[in-house]
Amino acid sequence: MTLADISSNLLYAAFIAYLIATFVFGGAVKGNKKGTYKSEQRWGKVAITITVIGFLAQLGYFITRWMVTGHAPISNMFEFTTAFGMTLVGGFIIIYALYKTAVLGMIVLPIALLIIAYASMFPSEVSPLIPALQTNWLAIHVITVVVAEGILAISAAAGLIYLLKVVDQKKKTKQRFWLEAIMYSLVLVLGFVVTSTFFTLTNYEADFAYVNKDGQPSEITYNMPAIFGMNEFEAMTDGAFTPLVEMPPIVHAGKLTTVFWSVMVGTVLYALIRLVFRKRISEMLQPFTKNVNLQLMDEINYRSIIIGFPIFSLGALIFAMIWAQIAWSRFWGWDPKEVWALVTFLFYAAYLHLRLGRGWAGEKSAWLAVIGFVIIMFNLVAVNLIIAGLHSYA
Amino acid sequence: MDKLICKCGHENPPGTILCESCGRPLNEQEQSKKLADMRYEGTARRSQTYNKSIIDKIWNFFSSVKIGVGIIVVLLVAAAVGTILPQKQYVPAATDADIEAYYTDIYGSVGTVYHALGFHDLYNSFWFIGLVGMLAISLIIASLDRFVPLYKSLKNQRVLRHSSFMRKQRILAEGPGEADTLKKAEEKLAELKYKVSTDKNGLLAEKGRFSRWGPYINHIGLIIFLFGVMLRMMPGFYVDETLWIREGETRAIPDAPGYVLESKGFTLETYTGEGEEEKFGEAIDRVGTVAKNYQTDVVLYKIPEGALPGDTADMEVVEEHAIRVNQPFKFDGYALYQMDFQQDELKTMSFALQNKETGESRGDLTIDLVNPETTYELEDGSVVELLGYYPDFSGFENGEPQTATPLPKNPGFLVKMTTPDTPDGETSFITIQNTVEPLGDNEYKLAFQGVETRDASGLTVRKDRTLPILGLGGLIFMIGVAQGMYFNHRRFWIQQQADGSILLAGHTNKNWFGLKKDLDQVTEHASLPAYRDQQEDMEAQEKGEGEQLT
Amino acid sequence: MSTEKKRNKKKNRTIMRSVILLLLVAAIGYTIYNSVTADEVEVLKVGDPAPDFTLTDLDGETHKLSDYKGQGVFLNFWGTWCEPCIKEMPAMANQYEVYEDQGVQILAVNIAQSNFEVETFARQYGLNFPIVIDRDKSVMTAYNIRPLPTTMLVNPQGEIQRIVTGEMTEQDIAGFMEEIKPE
Repeated sequence: MTLADISSNLLYAAFIAYLIATFVFGGAVKGNKKGTYKSEQRWGKVAITITVIGFLAQLGYFITRWMVTGHAPISNMFEFTTAFGMTLVGGFIIIYALYKTAVLGMIVLPIALLIIAYASMFPSEVSPLIPALQTNWLAIHVITVVVAEGILAISAAAGLIYLLKVVDQKKKTKQRFWLEAIMYSLVLVLGFVVTSTFFTLTNYEADFAYVNKDGQPSEITYNMPAIFGMNEFEAMTDGAFTPLVEMPPIVHAGKLTTVFWSVMVGTVLYALIRLVFRKRISEMLQPFTKNVNLQLMDEINYRSIIIGFPIFSLGALIFAMIWAQIAWSRFWGWDPKEVWALVTFLFYAAYLHLRLGRGWAGEKSAWLAVIGFVIIMFNLVAVNLIIAGLHSYA
Repeated sequence: MDKLICKCGHENPPGTILCESCGRPLNEQEQSKKLADMRYEGTARRSQTYNKSIIDKIWNFFSSVKIGVGIIVVLLVAAAVGTILPQKQYVPAATDADIEAYYTDIYGSVGTVYHALGFHDLYNSFWFIGLVGMLAISLIIASLDRFVPLYKSLKNQRVLRHSSFMRKQRILAEGPGEADTLKKAEEKLAELKYKVSTDKNGLLAEKGRFSRWGPYINHIGLIIFLFGVMLRMMPGFYVDETLWIREGETRAIPDAPGYVLESKGFTLETYTGEGEEEKFGEAIDRVGTVAKNYQTDVVLYKIPEGALPGDTADMEVVEEHAIRVNQPFKFDGYALYQMDFQQDELKTMSFALQNKETGESRGDLTIDLVNPETTYELEDGSVVELLGYYPDFSGFENGEPQTATPLPKNPGFLVKMTTPDTPDGETSFITIQNTVEPLGDNEYKLAFQGVETRDASGLTVRKDRTLPILGLGGLIFMIGVAQGMYFNHRRFWIQQQADGSILLAGHTNKNWFGLKKDLDQVTEHASLPAYRDQQEDMEAQEKGEGEQLT
Repeated sequence: MSTEKKRNKKKNRTIMRSVILLLLVAAIGYTIYNSVTADEVEVLKVGDPAPDFTLTDLDGETHKLSDYKGQGVFLNFWGTWCEPCIKEMPAMANQYEVYEDQGVQILAVNIAQSNFEVETFARQYGLNFPIVIDRDKSVMTAYNIRPLPTTMLVNPQGEIQRIVTGEMTEQDIAGFMEEIKPE
């Protein structure tokens, strides 16, 4: 077995460990009798042990991949997103050591699983570094950012648990709607993973020629049956599914097709869940939170941001500016990725001021923490894939 | 407004919530609360105190956290809006008209509206800069207004606080104590690195007060940073020039008086996927080629002191250097960056002088397109004379060949060919596409043989004198943030009444979990009465009431 | 505290606050002004001393700007690819015949082209004034020349009298030479 094989096997091992740990944490929480934490304490220990084993395996993946590629494995979507999953679990382990909250594991681990699964939909072969990335600042800047984002995401998980407990599932409220919307969007990610995996396993490929927005002829490979066709498309693969709609040149119909399939499959999945269980997902999760100490969740929410915010400022703004000055001759250029890092920073600054200056705690803080995570994910997913800029890698 | 005089006799500035001296609540609203409002220690924010003149009103506006957060949110949304479509600097168009047309052509009516609203250059718009300016004003005024009273209040803290103050703290313990309880508590607190002061029957233990200054220090950092950004817009602080230089050329560096640069060559390397790089083979196969290195080898010259521009005879070599991405060439406060390149511009063209019928060649000649010569003599006495050279031939005007640019993109030559067969010479106009024989049919022609090319490097010339200021601002910001966030201000007040009973209150600005861990240790060591978290009690009670109702 | 003192304190406070606010607003106003006018910053202005330089002409003769002190210098930046430059050249040659004796010197600065191109051009148009070649663009950089043609009119005191961008008619040229002609 080569080092590269060892590396990817360690990632599989980590994935499986997180999967098992999720269920053990769930069982640990579910087993609690009202007002007691005995089951949580006993099974929590087992679950956290499995989690730590998974984390160590993923750390092993990270280190061995670094050895194989010769550079920090955070240089493309697959590597960065996987690392994000790892720091998320790492952040959880630290918080668990402090607060012993099994219910947090039950929420964080599935999110980490989704993130890692999402990552593996991107090309995962080891890739060489373009000149702009050939510097130690790659490791310094990106690792700091990914650690900060992992910690900040913990606050969103704590916020989510808080909301699952306090949002009344019996009354039709805005809160109930948006909470369920979060659950639905998580299912959509699952939809993306399921669809991509299915078409990858079935080796679906269809080539099209088209005219790009600058009027140049180009080619594209669809890995899913093309619902949307590129501008002036022409099929190059025999028997390929003919696109139903042709898009104008500025819309990347290939990406739109992927989004369409993911939303379709995700929605079907969600509908199935609703049909089978006859409950909203947040309603199904609510019983797990019956023993949750709200004060503690609020504190975890706030504390994660307090720990994460300075690291984020350092990595995503200061280190980023230093590197930008070295590589691009200016520390700031209003590139979309830069702007969204600033947006994230401003958002958490607003959170802190609202909390300190205006006493926003509890449910308001919980909503803000969840929105913060949405902004982080937007910067990771949408800004890379939709908005073109200097940081588009993948 | 009048001063507020507390029952303890202390005079408080108007607007104070908790007496600066003993901590008694000073207004009814505060008295009715279960927990004291400990933000800024209950001191009066200076701006709230006065609200008379228009200046005071403006001042108060910027002092408010609500307004500050409002500005942050508006900035955040505006910044995000600027990413919907690319900003003008990322658009492949140069003039204002081209830029406007680009937005309409590529993005349709959305692009037209986006451009019309000025969002294509949002971050340089007067209103965006104005917003950042308002944020700066808010940072300064809000900090001043809060820092001064907070500093005074924490500096003049009393050990003994009124019991109403203590009972309104979140952490509270009441119960019997021993004669040595206070002493033991003091011991343990000192061991936990608290600063303990005592007064009569009470003690105040305090740790990490400096963390309270964190927010103000990070605000100072941000203001210094914004000041640096402001300076940067003034002439002289910031140089941003582009220098296109071709292999073999020598060019004065724009905005760097006295410095001249020569390009020895541009190199573009790509990954081969072989040998050491075999591991990258799969990735390279997928995406095609991947660049490995962009590099311009240059020689930097300096014109001697007192020499004039154009006087290049006595230039001295300063340094030979390889400029690469991520490795700018720094000298004398300037930096040169490898930013762009243009490959395969024509450098020389070679021709053979051929008899059109027989195809027989009378020899080859090479024309240097950068610095052509007038005559080219061939072996057997044949001569090719260059009558005219048009590096970027663009057509004829009034019978005269024209050149569109000085770069040899589409060279045109007007030549006179003289051979022993044609002693009078034949004239021909040659371009890459075709040959024109203006004075009738020729016997000879110049047959194209080949070209040599050269590359051009696009370098950025940068000088940024504000970097030290920006760096300082960033550093102070980070120190302030770390100080405010990674340290907590924890305090305990303990009093022993005449009957020996203990009253204990605890407060921290954050991380109550850590405060409780400290208190657990003290409680055990000094056998203090068990403490309660009043906020948790309150919530449990609310919930209890809620459940009873349903 | 007496009312007198109180009033003083209030007055001081208002002054203090006004000063701080005024400073901040001024700083922001200046920043906005700078950013809006950023593209229009010119390094050289009318009235500035013309930067000295030394360049060699086609005959190998050196021309140093400061050597022409006491004369007006018609400093024309040009290239053979620039159509308006070509058009105004014969007019310049005509006026040079008139004004050379009245103390006006023309220096035509070619931007980094080859000897061959410049010589051919000069011969073709029968240009009678000195043409110098700015091989490393250092004079162009020192004068911050952007569009071609640009003409700098330098008066006998060595100051920039006028900056002309774009094509000039023969009438314009005559007028400009009149402006910089020594008394």
